[in-house]
Amino acid sequence: MIGIGIDIGSVATKGIIINGDKQCRAMVPTGWSPRDAGQAIIDQLLDLSGIERQEVEHIFVTGYGRVAFEQADKTITEIKCHARGIAELYPEVRTIIDIGGQDSKVIRVGEEGRVLDFAMNDKCAAGTGRFLQVMATALGLDVSELGQSEEPARNLSISSMCTVFAESEIIGLLARGNDKGGIIAGLHQSVGKRVAAMARRMGIKEQVAFTGGVAINLGVKRALEEEIGCMVIVSEACQYTGALGAALLASQL
Amino acid sequence: MLKELVQKFASVREINLMRIKEAKDTGRKVVGIYCTYCPQELILAAGAIPVGLCGTSEAPIAAAEETLPRNLCPLIKSSYGFAVTDTCPFFHFSDLVIGETTCDGKKKMFEIMQDIKPVHVMQLPHLNNTQASFDLWVDELRRLKLRLEEELNVQITDEEIWKAVDVINREKKALKAIFDLNRADPPPISGIELLTVAWSRSFSSNKGEMIDNLNGLVKEVGLQEKTISDPAPRVLLTGCPVGLGSEKVIRLTEELGAHVVAMENCSGYKTLDLQTDTAGNDPIVALAEKYLAIPCSCMSPNSYRLELLNSMIDDFRVDAVIDLTWQACHTYNIEAYEVGKVVKQKGLPYLHLESDYSNSDLESLKVRIEAMLEMVEK
Ligand code: SF4
Ligand code: SF4
Repeated sequence: MIGIGIDIGSVATKGIIINGDKQCRAMVPTGWSPRDAGQAIIDQLLDLSGIERQEVEHIFVTGYGRVAFEQADKTITEIKCHARGIAELYPEVRTIIDIGGQDSKVIRVGEEGRVLDFAMNDKCAAGTGRFLQVMATALGLDVSELGQSEEPARNLSISSMCTVFAESEIIGLLARGNDKGGIIAGLHQSVGKRVAAMARRMGIKEQVAFTGGVAINLGVKRALEEEIGCMVIVSEACQYTGALGAALLASQL
Repeated sequence: MLKELVQKFASVREINLMRIKEAKDTGRKVVGIYCTYCPQELILAAGAIPVGLCGTSEAPIAAAEETLPRNLCPLIKSSYGFAVTDTCPFFHFSDLVIGETTCDGKKKMFEIMQDIKPVHVMQLPHLNNTQASFDLWVDELRRLKLRLEEELNVQITDEEIWKAVDVINREKKALKAIFDLNRADPPPISGIELLTVAWSRSFSSNKGEMIDNLNGLVKEVGLQEKTISDPAPRVLLTGCPVGLGSEKVIRLTEELGAHVVAMENCSGYKTLDLQTDTAGNDPIVALAEKYLAIPCSCMSPNSYRLELLNSMIDDFRVDAVIDLTWQACHTYNIEAYEVGKVVKQKGLPYLHLESDYSNSDLESLKVRIEAMLEMVEK
């Protein structure tokens, strides 16, 4: 059965089409219209796979924009989709830490991607991609420039959890002539701390997977490992985990 | 037919407003109450009308925040807001308002409320398993009796108290029978309907009539044809009090296709198993016993709540539990840890939500509730 899964996030919209054992994937910025982004993804996926729209049995949609997208045959929460996606990629994983553009979550999973428990932070920007976005701007960088390089051993710890205060804190640090590398490392540690606290509260069971847009940031990955005291697995397609789960459910695999 | 009967309950508030106004014109007294710890029997025995006061709407919160801190439980802010803006007619008609030292927020708010209305605050002990606490609570009931006698210019006899005990016992029994209907599969009454009935009841000025209506509803449901079993998840709601106006979690859960089959909170089942013992010879002592047994999170420890939840989960065939904490309610927020343990031990999904009366977090509540329901999909 041919199925499409779409994850309409606050920053990016991701899609995967599954046809038997063949998969194609695509990503576009969500921009102002989740509906347009969803449509663009469907067009790209059909293009890439050479499949006609009528051949697609189900389109399952997840992510914060899921309710705005009328073409969905079904909407599913990110939580279930992440659990299903990870079960496919790493069946041994029991804890998923997902940091997206505007929220972060921790999901405890059992066998076959069954959700056992979850916690979510979507009230406050601290510990989300949004926090890093704001800080990158304050540092005069693009968010993709954070977390690429080896970071210095000494990080400047950022004490404010609140995005607004943290921003003025790093402006102060810059003004006092501190180097950006140390500040960036401090920011990553701040995100790691915040999310690790949420994970510990729920109980961490290995193995641990790190998903979502922020997972490509090596600095946050390192900080997270340090805070929770174990290795985390990051898939090369970490941003697609939710879309993969939705696509698997849509194609009833 | 069930719908119409529930609709009748929804209009109780309005109808009784007129009745209370008329009663006042003929010299009857009205006493406003906020919490299930308030011994209504004494008010009835004094020949006055006990009425539940409003505190479940977002509307007057902005006005309350001119005086109270923003970071306070919305129930407290709403209660005070209604009082200070004079928009709760029941508060307006009240000759006396009764409060209790349940949580810190309420205790201190009642001090400020004194500027608007006479408020009698009962000192509720926070341990329910010591003799000293019990003795204090008995004294507090006697002190309330005196205050009512003075304020309302009446004499409260034991005989009248026993009569009132009987009325309230019967009312509780009737309400419990309604809640218990939902042990069935499918549940005959929706969560919103249940709330409408339970919440509206507190505005009634005529207990006898209310008991008849409650019993009528039970009978009506008994006559209904049994439909086939329903696979929708059966949810139990616990935590802070909910009323019409602050029912968003129940509404969202049912909009997402689940049934809220039971509520353990104050508007629900919390007090329904508690009957005043009529075997003794001092009605005040009998009342003190009943009221001190209420499993509110302001008691420490509060083990009866956990026992109650445990048996409700079985009796109502519950698939998942939502524990709602109003923002800044520390006692329920902390107790959520214990509640979570009980629920998870039974192998059920447990969702702890923290919210206020605004609609600003509907989406984020929805995603959590949806994810919890996905966990129990049959
Ligand atoms: S939760 Fe406790 S303090 Fe609040 S109304 Fe109920 S019994 Fe009273
Ligand atoms: S909900 Fe909590 S904070 Fe609010 S009045 Fe009741 S016990 Fe106090």
